[in-house]
Amino acid sequence: MKDVKPVTLFFAVVALVLAVISYQWDGRQTEAVVSRAVVEAGPLLLGALCGLLCERSGVINIGIEGTMLMSAFAGFFIASYSGTVWLGLLGGLAMSAIVGLFLAWTSITLRQDQIIAGTIINIFALGFTSFYYIQGRTMPGVPSVSIPFLEDLPFVGPMLFSHGILTFSAMFLVVVVHLFLYRTRWGLRTRAIGEHPSAADTVGVNIISLRYRNVILASMLGGLAGLHLLQSASSFQRGMTNGKGFIALAVMLFGRYRPFGAMGAALLFGFLGGLQAQLQFKGALDIPPQFFGMIPYLLTIIVLAAAGLAARPPAAAGTPYEGA
Amino acid sequence: MAQLLEMRGLTKTFGPVVANDNVSLKLDAGEIVGLLGENGAGKSTLVKMLFGIYAPDSGEIFFDGQPANISDPGDAIAQGIGMVHQHFQLVPPLTVAENIMLGAETVAHSGVGAFLGRMNVAEAEAEVRALSEKYGLHVDPSAVVEDLPVGVQQRVEILKALNRGARLLILDEPTAVLTPKETDELLKVMRALADEGVGIIFITHKLREVLAVTDRVTVLRNGKYIGSAITADATQQSLAEMMVGRSVVLRVDKGEAEPGAPVLSVQNLRVKDDRGSDAVEGMSFEVREGEILGIAGVEGNGQREMVEAITGIRKVEGGNVVFGGDDFTNASPRSVSEWGVAHIPEDREKDGVVGNYSVADNMVLNTYFKAPFASRGIRVMSEVRKWALQLIEKFDVRPRTITSPVTSLSGGNKQKVIVARELSADNRLIVASQPTRGVDVGSIEFIHNQLVHQRDAGKGVLLVSAELDEILGLSDRIAVVYEGQVVETLAGESATRERIGLLMAGGSGDS
Repeated sequence: MKDVKPVTLFFAVVALVLAVISYQWDGRQTEAVVSRAVVEAGPLLLGALCGLLCERSGVINIGIEGTMLMSAFAGFFIASYSGTVWLGLLGGLAMSAIVGLFLAWTSITLRQDQIIAGTIINIFALGFTSFYYIQGRTMPGVPSVSIPFLEDLPFVGPMLFSHGILTFSAMFLVVVVHLFLYRTRWGLRTRAIGEHPSAADTVGVNIISLRYRNVILASMLGGLAGLHLLQSASSFQRGMTNGKGFIALAVMLFGRYRPFGAMGAALLFGFLGGLQAQLQFKGALDIPPQFFGMIPYLLTIIVLAAAGLAARPPAAAGTPYEGA
Repeated sequence: MAQLLEMRGLTKTFGPVVANDNVSLKLDAGEIVGLLGENGAGKSTLVKMLFGIYAPDSGEIFFDGQPANISDPGDAIAQGIGMVHQHFQLVPPLTVAENIMLGAETVAHSGVGAFLGRMNVAEAEAEVRALSEKYGLHVDPSAVVEDLPVGVQQRVEILKALNRGARLLILDEPTAVLTPKETDELLKVMRALADEGVGIIFITHKLREVLAVTDRVTVLRNGKYIGSAITADATQQSLAEMMVGRSVVLRVDKGEAEPGAPVLSVQNLRVKDDRGSDAVEGMSFEVREGEILGIAGVEGNGQREMVEAITGIRKVEGGNVVFGGDDFTNASPRSVSEWGVAHIPEDREKDGVVGNYSVADNMVLNTYFKAPFASRGIRVMSEVRKWALQLIEKFDVRPRTITSPVTSLSGGNKQKVIVARELSADNRLIVASQPTRGVDVGSIEFIHNQLVHQRDAGKGVLLVSAELDEILGLSDRIAVVYEGQVVETLAGESATRERIGLLMAGGSGDS
């Protein structure tokens, strides 16, 4: 790809070399960390795609956390009561679409402050799901897929070819969002309305309808992120998103509002998560687990401070369209 | 050629304000009509009705001999009307080809690609290339718009309209943002387009351009149709009088300068631009009491950075800025202003006014903290109002209200607010950067007279302008800058357009 920067390439090579060294040192351990990294990256990546699709269309979405929570909640209980995991996934998606519709309505039609709209979503989701949560229920698991032969490859097998379907969907959707954003008419118009809406308006692009569609679509990606948490935990817990929706925002920023950039950032965060889990399991180091648990959040703050300065958000993000 | 457009008896009111009162305009294919008028005369309203942004209260529009039914810009574009807006409607991070095809994208013709709307960038770029060759509008279709100079961005806007099959082009003050060279190129392009049969409505304040390129001129004043003229029969003087409704002195009337002691001395100044590269590379000059020093030069040769360094807004990397006898290098903007430097900034929207503040608040931006406008840290609004009312009267700011936000004023009136504020304080040096950009003829005359008046009161005036006429008309001495340095300083009376033009372009001036 032509838009890969040398610095990105450099870090990729360094990561690969480290992985190979580590694999020589302890194969099973390394496989466990990278496999876990990909799984941990899944919801962050889906959440970041949600955020970037919204901002690219000119709407700031800080309600990713709440969207994930609502979707996981709906997914869990529908799957639990119906006994069918597919119904649960569909229900979760539908719920996130409703949340997206709310965000679209307040920020596009009512032209309210988008930060406040997102905050409302987050607060409402936490209260709503905690209040109606019923303990002691279970749900059927989200299916996993292992690709024959490929999964047996050393190192890359467990990393790439044996996961729950939602982890695969995250990998797949990065490519889809990238291709659609940069190669299609829809993508061109989306980028245009996020940067300079009146330019799109004067050539006949319907900004309101496109923003509505994109915010709802994006929120469904946020919904997938929430369902991905269910896939890992196999049950719903109060506040189970635990700040991942906000880390997804940091991932989006760190990835400079680009799908593949978000993927790289999500893998970095996921790797820290995977490392933390493995070190905790082994009790390898005499450091309180809370310390490792803190690292992703610490990294989030650093990323938001550093990358936030460098990454240029779409010019019209956060500004309701008032007409040419 | 055949008649392309006729607008008959158009009237448009906004509340109590009659923006257009029974205005008519005709245009043939291949004809360029200049639409002239002062700020607020109703030119923009008229073309916005044609482009479907406003609906007329009454009157009819005929396009191609048929009654045109235009209810939004989409309709206008579909019928072959294109408009190049004053503020470009281009998406900066997208490429030229992407911008041109936006809204009418070139996508795959068949198969899954057509269903998904996959863009065919190669084909789109080829189309742009063909179009730009046909009309001689050279531009690289794969370039990113934000990297292009303003003049080229404007070409992209014109291509965008032509790509949609525009047979009528509306150019709304297209030269306000261009350098003299870019302006000349644009005028050539307009001529070429007209020769291809495109009809053009050209809105501008600049009479020289109107005389150079148009076939006919239509003049509006206060929303009313004043008259039309064949350009060949018109002069700058006659057009200016039609616009303003009284006789206008285009040539500034000023006596001999009586220069005194230096009030500003810039010594070997070095300043960097926003991207950190050298913009001002060792500039030296002096402004004395009672003289106007004009800084001539193509924009982007360090003028902006130089002005910002003098007024304390930008960091000085080397050299000195001396006011009177005191060193003010890297002094704060407040201390510069307190010493007695008035600053009329180049970008009035960004640096000159606070748009959401009222006219009254904008009139005291540099003095709000001092008596009589403040007492023990509390603002004295009655004094502010009194002062502002005086100023809008004296400087003829319209409408005569001090409570409305400055954003609601026209460009010329915003500029008058700035001029009023800056020239009414007790100053010793006036730094005026592009003081008449986008301002109508009547206001230009007023601002020019004010600057001369300040000079005659013994103040030093530093005038930075890209308009050669302005520099030549006002300056007692002229310093020509090129690539961050003063290449030559000339006496005002002996300077000629040709010589300055040559120096501005980097020529030696001797050849």
